[in-house]
Amino acid sequence: MDTLIQFAYVVSAGLFIFGLKMLGSPATARRGNMVSSIGMLIAVVVALLDQGIVDYTYIVGGIIAGGIVGGSAARLVKMTSMPEMVALFNGFGGMASLLVGWAALSPMASTFTMITIVLSILIGGLTFTGSLIAYGKLSEVIDGKPVMFAGQQIVNSLIVLGVIGSAFMFVQNPTDPTYLYIVVGLALLFGIMAVIPIGGADMPVVISLLNSYSGLAACAAGFAINNNILIVAGSLVGASGIILTQIMCKAMNRSLSNVLFSGFGSAGGGGEKIEGEVKPISVEDAYYVLEAATTVAVIPGYGMAVAQAQHVVKELQLELESNGCEVVYGIHPVAGRMPGHMNVLLAEADVPYDLLLEMDEINPRMETVDVAIVIGANDVVNPAAREVESSPIYGMPVINVDMARTVFVLKRSMASGFAGIDNPLFFKDNTRMLFGDAKESIGGLVKEFG
Amino acid sequence: MVPAEVFLTFILMLSIFLGFELINKVPATLHTPLMSGANAISGITLVGAVSLAGTGQQDLANWLGAGAVALASINVVGGYLVTDRMLAMFKKKEG
Repeated sequence: MDTLIQFAYVVSAGLFIFGLKMLGSPATARRGNMVSSIGMLIAVVVALLDQGIVDYTYIVGGIIAGGIVGGSAARLVKMTSMPEMVALFNGFGGMASLLVGWAALSPMASTFTMITIVLSILIGGLTFTGSLIAYGKLSEVIDGKPVMFAGQQIVNSLIVLGVIGSAFMFVQNPTDPTYLYIVVGLALLFGIMAVIPIGGADMPVVISLLNSYSGLAACAAGFAINNNILIVAGSLVGASGIILTQIMCKAMNRSLSNVLFSGFGSAGGGGEKIEGEVKPISVEDAYYVLEAATTVAVIPGYGMAVAQAQHVVKELQLELESNGCEVVYGIHPVAGRMPGHMNVLLAEADVPYDLLLEMDEINPRMETVDVAIVIGANDVVNPAAREVESSPIYGMPVINVDMARTVFVLKRSMASGFAGIDNPLFFKDNTRMLFGDAKESIGGLVKEFG
Repeated sequence: MVPAEVFLTFILMLSIFLGFELINKVPATLHTPLMSGANAISGITLVGAVSLAGTGQQDLANWLGAGAVALASINVVGGYLVTDRMLAMFKKKEG
């Protein structure tokens, strides 16, 4: 029986691998997700055949309760709230790994097992609270700004030392629960401390990293209970999360440690004062410019998500296209609050994904674009990243909208972006500011066309 | 006989390399579904949790296991469904 279970795990590991592979291409992604879910189903069903199980009450109860909660949350969540949803699911996975590690504790455990139990508690715990803080910041339950205080580094170093010390003592004395409680407490605290100094604009990195941790926690739990499938699936997730994290860091030209520890955005600019005048434009005048345009590039940012403007953007695209204009979208890798955030929103509005160009594709053709429409994006189109050496974002690859013939910036008011940095784009000769709610402004443009 | 720890570590190493290879070339459009799909897979802890929740002993480990089952189920069911919902929206230009 046990051999049969183990072979079934091999099958589901294969399905996970195959599913992830299929997730890599838009044409097969949906089937890939299904393949992977079948792998999960097989793994769970054979796990239920385990002869050690004598009482199914809690298992069935837990699966039904969790299934209903997860299922309804997945169905009801708005696409704009996707980042916080992913963060929350992540946190639950981490907590589950913490509990599994804890429950696997036994006086007979070897030192190796003890170490893996401690690891699953640590990683699981910090994934849990870290994800909750990320959830809070993303859903704006708590302030998205970096939280910094004097001596923060020292406090954090003390926590890390405390974790190492108490973990060591716990492995030495597995029967004494005091050390266990300290490890659990410090792991939870560390998750909070690790995420509070990170600003909203850096959330794509944090979410990817927490995603990776939730996999590594499952992996550690797999070691703790000697289960192959946990190790395989957990490390696949861990590796994929690390890759996404790297892609996000590269897109901002910053190292992971800079993102995690620098409290980016709390310094409040620091670059030279920008001289110049902002030139506002009315919806009507913007319409005349757009009517004469033959190529338009739309560059969305987090503001599009906040204004829920993706559907009117699609309407504007249709109007422009029927006017003989070519419309493309330029998507910066870290636009929004999670990797691929803009792509999901535009997909919701039925924008075909082949119109969404990555930064490297859109930049070379920017000079041929008649109008670049920036919707609620700021830092990812900030020319200071190229021109102002003293700017905190200097060196970050950006979408060069200022190279287009005309730039429309849709903005609520003249507040600085999430990273708190002045944007010289607003003062350029070819830039026109279209102030107001993005959804209403674009809706107005659509009306002018109609 | 090679100890189990060695086998498990061996599996770990190979899976991490495999994970890197699998994800390396994913287009940016799919980053969110990929992340949320991978997130659902990390709910695999459920498999470990069920055996701990079903021991029939009313002890701490049993309760911890039951909690883990519930949380991991949220992760698995929610993760797969939300990923599917997202992927259903991705369409190529017609014609």
